[in-house]
Amino acid sequence: MSLLEAQGLSVRFGTQEAVADVTFSVAPGERFGIIGESGSGKTMTALAVSGLLPEGAASEGSIRFDGQPLPANERAMARLRGKRIGMVFQEPMTALNPLMRIGAQIAEAMSINLPEGASADAVMALLDEVGLASLHAARFPHQLSGGQRQRVMIAMALASEPDLLIADEPTSALDLITQRRVLDLIAEICERRGMALLFISHDLRAVAALCSRVAVMHGGRMIESGETGAVFGAPRESYTRRLVAATRLQREADEPAIGTVLLAAEAVTRDYADRRWFRRGPALRAVDGVSLSARQGECLAIVGPSGCGKTTLARMLVGLDTATSGSFRFEGRSYRGADLPAELRRDLSLVFQDPFGSFDPRLTVAHSVGEPLRLEHGLDPATRRRRVEEALVDVGLDAAMLDRYPHEFSGGQRQRLAIARALVTRPKLVVLDEPVSALDVSVRGEVLALLARLRAEHGLTYVLISHDLDMVRTMADRVLVMEAGRIVEEGRPEDLFDTPRHRLTRELVAARLPDVG
Amino acid sequence: MRRLLQHPSLAFGLGATLLFVIAGLASLVWTPYPIEQINVARRFLGPSPEHWLGTDNLGRDMLALVMSGTFTSFRIAALSVLIGAGIGVPLGLAAAVWGGAVEWVVLRLTDFMFAFPAVIVAILIATLLGPGDANAVIAIGIFNIPVFARVARGGAMSINTLDFVAAARLAGLGNAAIALRHLLPNITSLIIVQGTIQLSLGILAEAGLSYIGLGTQPPATSLGLMLRDAQGMFLVHPWLTIVPGLAIVFIVIALNLAGDGLRDALDPRLRQGTNDVLA
Amino acid sequence: MTAFIIRRLIGFAVTLFLAAAAIFAVLNVLPGDPAQFTLGLNASPRAVEQLRAQMGLDRPALERFFEWVFGMLHGDFGQSYTQRAPVAKLIWERVGVTIPLALMAMVISAAVGLPLGILAARRRGKPLDTMLMVLAQTGIAIPNFWFGMMLTLVFAVGLRWLPPGGFTPWQENPGLAFRSLILPSLALALPQASILARVMRTALVDVTGQDFIRTARAKGLTLGEAVWRHGVRNALLPVLTIMGLQFAFLIAGTIIVENVFYLPGLGRLIYTAVSERDLVLVQGATIILVLAVTATMLVTDLAYALVDPRLRERVAP
Repeated sequence: MSLLEAQGLSVRFGTQEAVADVTFSVAPGERFGIIGESGSGKTMTALAVSGLLPEGAASEGSIRFDGQPLPANERAMARLRGKRIGMVFQEPMTALNPLMRIGAQIAEAMSINLPEGASADAVMALLDEVGLASLHAARFPHQLSGGQRQRVMIAMALASEPDLLIADEPTSALDLITQRRVLDLIAEICERRGMALLFISHDLRAVAALCSRVAVMHGGRMIESGETGAVFGAPRESYTRRLVAATRLQREADEPAIGTVLLAAEAVTRDYADRRWFRRGPALRAVDGVSLSARQGECLAIVGPSGCGKTTLARMLVGLDTATSGSFRFEGRSYRGADLPAELRRDLSLVFQDPFGSFDPRLTVAHSVGEPLRLEHGLDPATRRRRVEEALVDVGLDAAMLDRYPHEFSGGQRQRLAIARALVTRPKLVVLDEPVSALDVSVRGEVLALLARLRAEHGLTYVLISHDLDMVRTMADRVLVMEAGRIVEEGRPEDLFDTPRHRLTRELVAARLPDVG
Repeated sequence: MRRLLQHPSLAFGLGATLLFVIAGLASLVWTPYPIEQINVARRFLGPSPEHWLGTDNLGRDMLALVMSGTFTSFRIAALSVLIGAGIGVPLGLAAAVWGGAVEWVVLRLTDFMFAFPAVIVAILIATLLGPGDANAVIAIGIFNIPVFARVARGGAMSINTLDFVAAARLAGLGNAAIALRHLLPNITSLIIVQGTIQLSLGILAEAGLSYIGLGTQPPATSLGLMLRDAQGMFLVHPWLTIVPGLAIVFIVIALNLAGDGLRDALDPRLRQGTNDVLA
Repeated sequence: MTAFIIRRLIGFAVTLFLAAAAIFAVLNVLPGDPAQFTLGLNASPRAVEQLRAQMGLDRPALERFFEWVFGMLHGDFGQSYTQRAPVAKLIWERVGVTIPLALMAMVISAAVGLPLGILAARRRGKPLDTMLMVLAQTGIAIPNFWFGMMLTLVFAVGLRWLPPGGFTPWQENPGLAFRSLILPSLALALPQASILARVMRTALVDVTGQDFIRTARAKGLTLGEAVWRHGVRNALLPVLTIMGLQFAFLIAGTIIVENVFYLPGLGRLIYTAVSERDLVLVQGATIILVLAVTATMLVTDLAYALVDPRLRERVAP
């Protein structure tokens, strides 16, 4: 008999259908995964199954837990949920009560659901099980890192010894190495406790690594389901095929010619002084004596865990921040950051990570994309408009879209606009800060292909900042690995990933999940 | 216009406010009776066909007084909002954009100004210059400055961290240009909503100041002044306080409804632009 | 934590000092000749000279300022010209009316406003919520002194339950003194309670949408339980800030309400002092009011830090 069974489940918000006619089941101890991108209805399904649907949602169909339909009474549902279902959500940063100590929050999970209540020993045992030191029990959430908070969430979910663990994107907000650790932890716990797992994610590799059976959701419907190997190895639906293909990115065949050094950094350091009142504490060193060079036509990648300083380095490079010591050289001129000479600014540009925050919602696309043209003097309005149109066409968008507003475009389109803005001044070097990580998986391939084409066509030089090793492998000619502000290893992608030397590189490569299909 | 009708509280609030404003403006050119016209024989009359709201202790027509008083109250409150926003918003923006020493100075300044509620400022000015409605404008206006500065700074700070500001810096825009082109347009709706709130607070504050004699002085009239005149005899003739009091209540409710409605109407549009999750 | 408290205390002292400077500047420097100003244009030159000597105006302004500040630190606020008594004594007598009044109003407004706000938030969208919010909307719009007049009409004149005005000192008859403050504090409390109800409701509704409420429900709590156990305390944070600000307004409001009920508080004292141009008295009373307001904000900040652990380590700009 299955532990959880959903039949013909539909969730509606007014006239909008978030989930349509979804049927699946999870057996006791089984690990079942649901793959979907944003808007696929996967989260709503998880919420429906646990009785946490938001106000205004109407659900139809039947959901049975352990043979019984879900109780209609709110209190009974809440108790069922607490006792037998454990839940882990996506954003660890906001999921914990900021005013309560960790230990107290975990203890609460126990005192609600267990007849014997909570005890300090039990809390410590849970913390130990999720790999947290016992001293964290007295701490507040803001004193823990994202990965640590997610472990606390898992501990709370396990407190009542549930039969089913529902994990909805538990690792998307974490960095690569921590992601792998948390996933391993979840797998290990499910194994040891004989718990069933409902794992929901957009990350095919993560789902494939953890789950024996899998289902794919798209547009609110479950379009395909079955054994993991079967679904990913021989997908029936074209959407599933697209998703699987997107996990295997291909490198462009033609190699552009690489010339002389265009940009160099010499012993660049960035310190943040501890500005507290009475103590002159040690400075925070975000970037520590970094030297690098990028040659004309090359794609140089900088990888590293979050907090390693790669973004700070990128910002200094383009002039948004200033180095405390050391300097950069671009086209023979040297600068420290914000003092980047005005004439050089149009030869350098930056594509931001988040397509949703990088455009002023009150300005038309023409305005925003054309903004960098202020760096070129003596352009009359007609020429400016033409340049903006060219840039739009260059990234595969229609010039007629110029007078629309950012919210009218999808994420993938907005990222193309961001690239257009970066190219409108015809720069020589473009810094790409996590250019596709905020996009849906199925769209990433197109944007990367666009970037590769533009590099070849315009002879651009890229400095690529990312944590995604697979993306780096397809795009980069040379890779630098950063940790705690320093470059710890350097080399060609194949060399680096096949035979890593430095400990961090090894960890990064090891954190990579196995290929799918 | 269609959007207006979707929000009943906004439509109602704005409509009622407009009614009062028009009545107030009308008082400049016409009132049922001149407000100075004293007719002691016809004092303390209740509502009647000749005097829709009755007469006061000196036989003056209450409707005329209310119309004129409304205008004064609105004028003073509006001027104080202009002062508050005109000085406060640039200060708040400057603090958000420049940060560092500028922010520190602005924050200390706003802290300092918060220590002086309008009444206290009015007291100080009254001691120096004597009471008057300019007094009220300055006092209320000064207190509005830190309010607008806080709101502007808060709004600007949350926008400042968004990437499009960094993109503007890359395009060569300086701090001032960024504040003007990118920050100010995006906090306008916040400022407008706060403006309606401060407007209603200003009307209440003006009433209070005039009531204790530090605001509008005769022969001009304001709603607060009407209450002051009625103070001595309201136990015997309550009508004299009920009329101006209710007028204040209705105006403030109308303004608050308009403010709430504005907030509801303007917010979702803002949110829609930046929080769209579908790819 | 201690660094935070020390920083705040220093800020408090600095603000107070600057406020004193501003008040002194306005009242002593701007009028030109304070003595002439006090006596008016028709005063005889000899009377002006006498007053100048009495006020010590032959000494430089800066010296007089520091003398005033140091005097205050020792409890000496100078001598009132019009009432021929130490300012400190006059203020102390009046403070016995103003402060209890403000405190009573604060307690009543919190005791009424906060629970109603919580109730409205829990019944969001239902008729009770709408009704409560309409009441709150009206409550905010009513000028507190006008409400005082209405209350007097009903309770003092109509029902004769409470005195319509006046005040017997606490030493003479504490019971009567207390009863004299009931109507005024109710008058002050009405708009405050309405504001608190609205703010509490908004804060609670905001908090209910937060992720940690969902986590609490995932643990097995119903929505109501989750909001009560986790939400209310978090919602209190913004409410606390508002309460601090509101107390400052309350103190200022007492000045006006005292007029309605003929209470011998700070407000009446200031008003008389202003109309008689008694600069020393105005100075002293104003700085006391500013002190009360600033102290309230300091207490609010500290209370906020007590409740929210995140603030204790933050480096303030």
